[in-house]
Amino acid sequence: MAAPPETNIRPQQFLAAQVRWHPLEIVFWVATLAPFYFFPSYLSLASQIAIAALFALSLDLILGYAGIVSLGHAAFFGMGAYTAGLISKFGWGEPLTGLIIAAFAAGLVGYATSFIIAKFRHLTLIMLTLGIGLLLYEAANSASWLTGGADGLQGIDIWPIFNTFDYDLWGYTAYTYSLVVLFLVFVATRRLIHSPFGLSLRGIRENAVRMPAIGAPSESHIRTVYTISAVMAGLAGALIAQTTSTVSLEALSFERSADVLVMVVLGGAGRLYGGIIGSIIFLVARDQFSGINPQYWLFWIGLLLVMVVMFLPNGILGGLARLKWLQRGKP
Amino acid sequence: MRKALTGFASLAAAALVAASSAHAQGTVKIGVILPLSGQFADTGIQMRTGIQSYMKQYGDTVAGKKIELIIKDVGGINPPLAKRLSQELVVRDKVDILAGYVLTPNALAAGDVSKEANKFMVVMNAATSIITEKSDKMIRTSMTLPQSGDTFGTWAATKGGIKTCYTMVSDYGPGHDVEQSFIKAFAAAGGKITGSVRYPVANPDFAAFVQRAKDLNPECIFVFVPGGTQPAAIAKAFAERGIDPTKTKILGTGELTGEQSLQGMGKTALGILTAWHYDYKQDTKENKEFVRIHNELSKRNPDLFSLGGYDGMHAIYEALKKTNGNTDGTALVNAAKGLKWNSPRGPMSIDPETRDVVQTIYIRKVEMRDGEPTNVIFDKVENVKDPVKEEMKKK
Repeated sequence: MAAPPETNIRPQQFLAAQVRWHPLEIVFWVATLAPFYFFPSYLSLASQIAIAALFALSLDLILGYAGIVSLGHAAFFGMGAYTAGLISKFGWGEPLTGLIIAAFAAGLVGYATSFIIAKFRHLTLIMLTLGIGLLLYEAANSASWLTGGADGLQGIDIWPIFNTFDYDLWGYTAYTYSLVVLFLVFVATRRLIHSPFGLSLRGIRENAVRMPAIGAPSESHIRTVYTISAVMAGLAGALIAQTTSTVSLEALSFERSADVLVMVVLGGAGRLYGGIIGSIIFLVARDQFSGINPQYWLFWIGLLLVMVVMFLPNGILGGLARLKWLQRGKP
Repeated sequence: MRKALTGFASLAAAALVAASSAHAQGTVKIGVILPLSGQFADTGIQMRTGIQSYMKQYGDTVAGKKIELIIKDVGGINPPLAKRLSQELVVRDKVDILAGYVLTPNALAAGDVSKEANKFMVVMNAATSIITEKSDKMIRTSMTLPQSGDTFGTWAATKGGIKTCYTMVSDYGPGHDVEQSFIKAFAAAGGKITGSVRYPVANPDFAAFVQRAKDLNPECIFVFVPGGTQPAAIAKAFAERGIDPTKTKILGTGELTGEQSLQGMGKTALGILTAWHYDYKQDTKENKEFVRIHNELSKRNPDLFSLGGYDGMHAIYEALKKTNGNTDGTALVNAAKGLKWNSPRGPMSIDPETRDVVQTIYIRKVEMRDGEPTNVIFDKVENVKDPVKEEMKKK
């Protein structure tokens, strides 16, 4: 959480204070176990929320911390999903190694494109990411001999996790798997954000030109964080491919890039829990609204988004933080 | 962790038992997954009206049980969501039957659920051949694209007397399927393909492609475009480049000359030949009734999506009658195998071996009738099975 700068503390102390786990965080992660006991029929939704949260976390890392606005983040999600699907199709269905290989493949694409990304800012960057996303989408569409094209990839065969836990209809395995991966990645991201590297990212977000003057190379930092973010998005993509045994062009689509951006903005960009809270609210709202009215539910989602952006410009978490700050300001 | 997981598993088992005992006796729940928002919304809305038309005509009680629909929006091509919604329909809403599925990737993803949960599943549109192989509890009441492409290929080279043909299709899955099946059947029956071209799915400029076809001067041009605004655009390109459908034959599938397409094309549509299973002007007793009820419900004429929904409901009703209301997946699919009936499209049946639709493919020509361009049937091929699965059987 972004705390106001306090006076007269040494940098190490500042970072150490940030790293400490807040009791609310522990409550939050304990609460993620609740669906197992209280809403077992919502586990497959919970699993897809956990995956969306991981994807949102990866976008938040570049958007909220490094200031890279991306409209093509699904490129890495889809890359991970197709890699995981394809290796299982060609005989290696072990999920954990599959997950790692998929993340590596997405990271490779991320690293390759990061050289272009690091050179540009603002509108050019948005167009670039959008373009890269569309390129990969069309590539997957035309390589239908490999990807199955518009019909989606067929023949995915994922083995049970540790050869024991198969993917059940209720989603017990899927949610456990997704949640564990989300938590591990979250812990790593949290560590990264509160490191000197994370601090310099925020500096780049505020002013990329000045950062090199204090000895933080903007371009190479952007390349690094962009690659890390691509790896995380690849993990999310691989998870959805493995837990649902489906991969289609939708994984690379603009809608997916746009949805994840909405989730991050909804929850609050530049906050570790922003993307996670955003994806929970977005997907639960979607599930509930579309259950009530399957045809016009998008209206309510749109209304929710407009309200949040108008009245809580820093997202829901930003609003909550402001509330807390106001309370503290009272005599 | 391991212990915790075992705990969850036993909890799951307990919940499953609770679920089955809590099952209401007097109703049959049908979970329907349709795209009701986004760019495919219109297809889903038409299918829903088709389903409702059947229930209006034959009532909502069958074999002493009340039929209850639970409709979910999948919002477009989204297999992970389609799978999750199907799972939730089974575990949360406790549906007995899964139905709907306009889009192929969604139907394929849901096939896994039908198989795992042993639920009878009725695909009411998605037209790629392989779908029904995904679960042995699945039937289809719409069509398969090769049924039209393959039949037309053979017909053109034999009865149609056409020797050379050029093909133009949209560059995506369904386009490839139709193209391949047409070319294969046409060549097998002695025809010669002089060239093939694929244009992008979204907003193509047809002029250059049509010109290329014209330069080769084939006897016929086989066209596939998705519905919507594209049929009118391609017909306009043909007219502008001076291709006259009465001289160079233009062949296509039903999308090319659907109700809305014909309105957009106007006179440029005259002379186009299509092979398809249904048109809302089909002259059968069943169809007149269907069109009337469909119009009562939505003030619109039915299309192939409505028809798939309507016939899908028929298959469900008839299967339930046969099993006396037993909703077990195996019992229902066995009851549905071999069903034969007179659909608004004409006679159709469910193949007992492949569980896929068997129907008549009509060869039609666009002519002026009562002042508007109309698909006029002038030939037909009866009892057409899905050619892809027929081929697979031979191997």
